[in-house]
Amino acid sequence: MAPDNRSFIALKKYLKKPVDGLKSIRVAIVADSASQFIHQALKGFGISEGIHYDIFEADYNQIDLQVFDPGSELYESKPDYVIILRSSEKLLKKYYSLSGEEKSQFGANQTAYAKNLYQQISSQLKARVIFNTFPELNDAVFGNFSTKTPSSFLYQLRKLNMGLMDLAQEEKNLFLVDLAALVAQRGYAQFSDAKMYISADMVFSIDILPDLAEQLHKVIQAIAGSFKKCLILDLDNTTWGGIIGDDGLEGIQIGDLGLGKAFTDLQLWAKELKKRGIIIAVCSKNTESIAKEPFISHPDMKLRLDDIAVFVANWETKVDNIRHIQSILNIGFDSMVFLDDNPFEREMVKQNIPDITVPELPEDPAEYMPYLRTLNLFETASFTEEDEQRTKQYQEEANRNILQKSFANEEEFLASLGMECEIKPFDNFTIPRIAQLSQRSNQFNLRTVRYTEDDIRRIAQSPDHFTLSFSLKDIYGDYGLIAFIILEKKSADTLFIDSWIMSCRVLKRGMELLTLKSIIDLAKEQGFSEVTGEYLPTKKNELVREHYPKLGFTTTEANNYTISVADYPYDKNIYIKRK
Amino acid sequence: MEQQQILEQLNEIFIDVLDNSDIKLTEATTANDIEEWDSLYHIQLVVAIEKHYKVKFTASEIQSWKNVGDMANAVKSKLGA
Repeated sequence: MAPDNRSFIALKKYLKKPVDGLKSIRVAIVADSASQFIHQALKGFGISEGIHYDIFEADYNQIDLQVFDPGSELYESKPDYVIILRSSEKLLKKYYSLSGEEKSQFGANQTAYAKNLYQQISSQLKARVIFNTFPELNDAVFGNFSTKTPSSFLYQLRKLNMGLMDLAQEEKNLFLVDLAALVAQRGYAQFSDAKMYISADMVFSIDILPDLAEQLHKVIQAIAGSFKKCLILDLDNTTWGGIIGDDGLEGIQIGDLGLGKAFTDLQLWAKELKKRGIIIAVCSKNTESIAKEPFISHPDMKLRLDDIAVFVANWETKVDNIRHIQSILNIGFDSMVFLDDNPFEREMVKQNIPDITVPELPEDPAEYMPYLRTLNLFETASFTEEDEQRTKQYQEEANRNILQKSFANEEEFLASLGMECEIKPFDNFTIPRIAQLSQRSNQFNLRTVRYTEDDIRRIAQSPDHFTLSFSLKDIYGDYGLIAFIILEKKSADTLFIDSWIMSCRVLKRGMELLTLKSIIDLAKEQGFSEVTGEYLPTKKNELVREHYPKLGFTTTEANNYTISVADYPYDKNIYIKRK
Repeated sequence: MEQQQILEQLNEIFIDVLDNSDIKLTEATTANDIEEWDSLYHIQLVVAIEKHYKVKFTASEIQSWKNVGDMANAVKSKLGA
């Protein structure tokens, strides 16, 4: 069941629930207006989603004090995330106090101030920093002409928002919660309550608090590695209007026909998501050949078969089919979104797969996209070129699955793949992807230590660490970088496997064997006699519980393992050629 | 709407917002009589009352209230207007 976290009163009820056992995240909130309600809303929202935000809230209007004093409570609280909330109202006051000349520089100066804030925090803490963009408060001094007047408030505010976005691009650990976009969607009147602002200096209205908390939560969760990876689409009356089995190819509504525009808009959106790296799957109660026909031959379809990573159309239940899709993609149900117009199907999926997200699509297809846009389902904290290739990689995977069935044994199959692997230490080209894997891998991840790009850069330079990255391709295509290893020198004899992370797309191919062999080779080369490893269990890495014992390591204590470099037998067949 | 009826409805709102089902409002009740009722909750009560009756109070109105009776009167006059 989706938690009730849509009103402030509901959020406050969560504050009374026990937080033991919830994942805890330390957060600091420093604001230029009264922040008690935001504190409560974020905390309540977190609990409703199974996260305990352990919050330090600075006293009222203390941003400079907390940030520029190295001994401040902010730094003492040692947060993982620092949220600095600033309001357009306070910004306006500052702007009015300036001379004409200074006004024209306001956006640039404020951007420099924000950069200064960020750098101060970064010099004291290894935390991620979250600022907000400024909602477009129109002070009505120049009217529409403010768009042509560089010294006007709105002109400078927009400059500042652009400046902040540029800054966030430069600074890897700076993120923005886009209040300007939230206000554009909900309206300033919804967003702020003049009475509360005047009498309590609270700039956010009670009604907007759940939305604000949700956006903060999503930004933090995306950074922490929890986000949606897959969109599963029903077909009839979701992807197109009408029923393909009854109405036929010419009868379904898409493009300019009937309600077609609403469905075309949805398809265009899904296609953009796919380009961004979201996996699109189809789950439909239909005969497969009929269901595929529009994708192949309808001129107005925006989604084509090659956009769909997994296409499931049959007469089994959707619950079974979604489980099937999950098993092919090998990602958690909590990273999937299922769109279906039929409330009965939605309910059944929700009941049986509680972790999956199932939006309550409005009855009127015209409302589909406006509604979906308000949900911000696909928050993310990174974007790389490899994301765009993901669908292709999953399709290649599906082809490999088909091929696998026709070989007598697995060895023969693996040999036929012509796999080649490039192994090398981390470099500037691979570091962004490595950081991304470190952030998002849950299953094949032995210790689940999350590193940022900055961390990875530091490790790559460190004399006490050795690193290996693995890029794989085979006759069906290029997987890109699919695994990495961080080794830490523990003593003159011992090398400790700090990170062993692999993409689940390349399971059951002997990559583990090749990786271990590379580790042993490196250890030998560098004069180490022993390699040790550790398994730290999480909710999601059950897959690798027996990883080290299976590879021939001996258990030293619970979840700790060792292998002797000299005794490594080199007796396993590996079907991956080193490039 | 009668004063008594408004008082009963306010009582419901107070119970919901303050999450305390023991609250029994009279016209003489003030913030001193209810433990949870501080300035932060006061704002939430005002917003909840506005929403319930679909009315808007001014900043000076909410500052002038001395007790629940004043609140009920304010509601009554808004609804009557």
